[in-house]
Parts: sequence; C-alpha cells; structure tokens
Amino acid sequence: MIYRRFFNLPTYRIRSPWEELHRMRQQLDQMFDETPQQRGSAGVFPLTNLTEDSDKYYVRAELPGVKGDELEIQITGKNLAISGERKIAAAEEGARYHRREREAGTFSRMIGLPGEVDTDKVEANLENGILTIAVSKAEIAKPKQISVS
Amino acid sequence: MADTQNKELKVREKQEVAIPAEHTTPGLVFTPAVDIFETDKEITLLADMPGVRADDLTIDLRDNTLTLAADIAPVDNADEEEIVVEYETGRYYRQFTLGEMINQENIDAKLNDGVLRLTLPKVEKATPKRITVKTV
Repeated sequence: MIYRRFFNLPTYRIRSPWEELHRMRQQLDQMFDETPQQRGSAGVFPLTNLTEDSDKYYVRAELPGVKGDELEIQITGKNLAISGERKIAAAEEGARYHRREREAGTFSRMIGLPGEVDTDKVEANLENGILTIAVSKAEIAKPKQISVS
Repeated sequence: MADTQNKELKVREKQEVAIPAEHTTPGLVFTPAVDIFETDKEITLLADMPGVRADDLTIDLRDNTLTLAADIAPVDNADEEEIVVEYETGRYYRQFTLGEMINQENIDAKLNDGVLRLTLPKVEKATPKRITVKTV
C-alpha cells in the first residue's frame, strides 16, 4: 500500500498473498448477511405460516396480546396485507422491572399468495393470540377431479 | 412507554428450550417471552403464549420454584398442506426461582389473547408487636 502512495499510481501495488482469501471471506460474509433467517423466512414481523387445502389458503401468525380491532387486514388481488400495533400496558407506578422481554410496536407485512383467490371470501379469526386468515381459492385455481370414462 | 409508541416490531425467533429432563412426548418446546415486575405488594408476570388455552396451562409453585408449562391445541387441519413455514409451534416451558415468600392462596392467573398474567402476592411480613409494660 505504501508503494501506491509513493508512486501515485493507483494500479501499481504489491499483491498480498492473502488478498484472494480476504476477498473470499468478504463474499462469504456478504452471503450470510443476505439470508437473515433459515427456512426461507421473510424476516418481517409477524412470522406467518401458509398452508392450503383444496378450497382455501390459510395464513397464520402468532400475535399474542393483539386485539382484533388493532389489526388491519387488506387483500388486493393475490396480496394480503397485515398491519397493526401491539400495545403493552405500562406497569403501575413504582413497579420495578426484573425482566422485559416482550416488545410493543407497530408492524406491517405483505404476503403474496401463490394462486388466484376470491377476494370476497376471506375470513379472519383471532383466537388465543393466533391470527388465522382463510382465503378461498378462485374457481379456476381449485383442482378439478376428472373421471376417466 | 412513550419510547415504544412508534417502534417497529422486529422478528424474533422463538427460543427453543433446553431443559435438563428429557420429555417423554415428542415435539418442540419453547420458552415464552416474559415481563416481570414487582411492587411492594406483589410480583406480576406476563408471558406470551400464543395458541394456549386456559385448560392446557399448568402453573406450579413449590419450594420457591415457579413452573409454567403449556400444551398447545393443534391449529392445522389434517388435510392442509404446508407451503411456507416461518415459525414452528410447540409446547411452552419455563421455570423461575422466586426470592420472596408468596401467598399461595391468592395467586391469580388470567389468560387473554395468548398472554398470561400471573399475579403473585407477597406474604405480609410479620409486623413486630410492641408490648407495653404497665406499672401497677
């Protein structure tokens, strides 16, 4: 590096034997940074599970302590948007905290459904802190049984 | 709580628990996130346990050890196929050692929207009685 400054030639420098290794390490670091979670999670709150049966898609999310009226769910085409706020009531005056692991805040997430859906037939249900959204598949997306004559 | 008003929630992976005793039933076990705060009269514990019904929750307090254990009701129907799985479900388990004496008679537990609120009232300390000596 000293040579570069000395001759004032940006292209002229001594190649370090570790340079190639250094570059490889940088690339590996980058690769790990880009995948925030395992199992292909989007890394956006709330984490959701998507399942299907022959008629519907089911989107589930764990939202403990969130009330139904604090949630906003919208569907546009195949995109399902969930947003809201999780509130945690403050402790009474003079209370001392020993643990504070639960978090409050706002969230917003978009989920792309894999097939065509009927946006008029969407049901959302919040029970025991688990949100379940059942979205009916469009008629064309449902599997049809074809009998062999 | 003004500082948390506009905070955006970050994803936190559920913590799988490592407990000394092995479970006899298969399945994952997670530790619930808790808030614990204390006033002069009582200790309050809030635990996030989504998917737990009141019947499935066991709270046990013996020898100053508080144990929270909960089974979850399965949510999936049998004929559903998984497309994307971002979180796993399983039982919850967590133990705490309590330093204070707890009035076991008046423990109160409420489960609302997947959040457990446990109130543990402290035993009132024996107030020293003053004995006055009367002169006859």
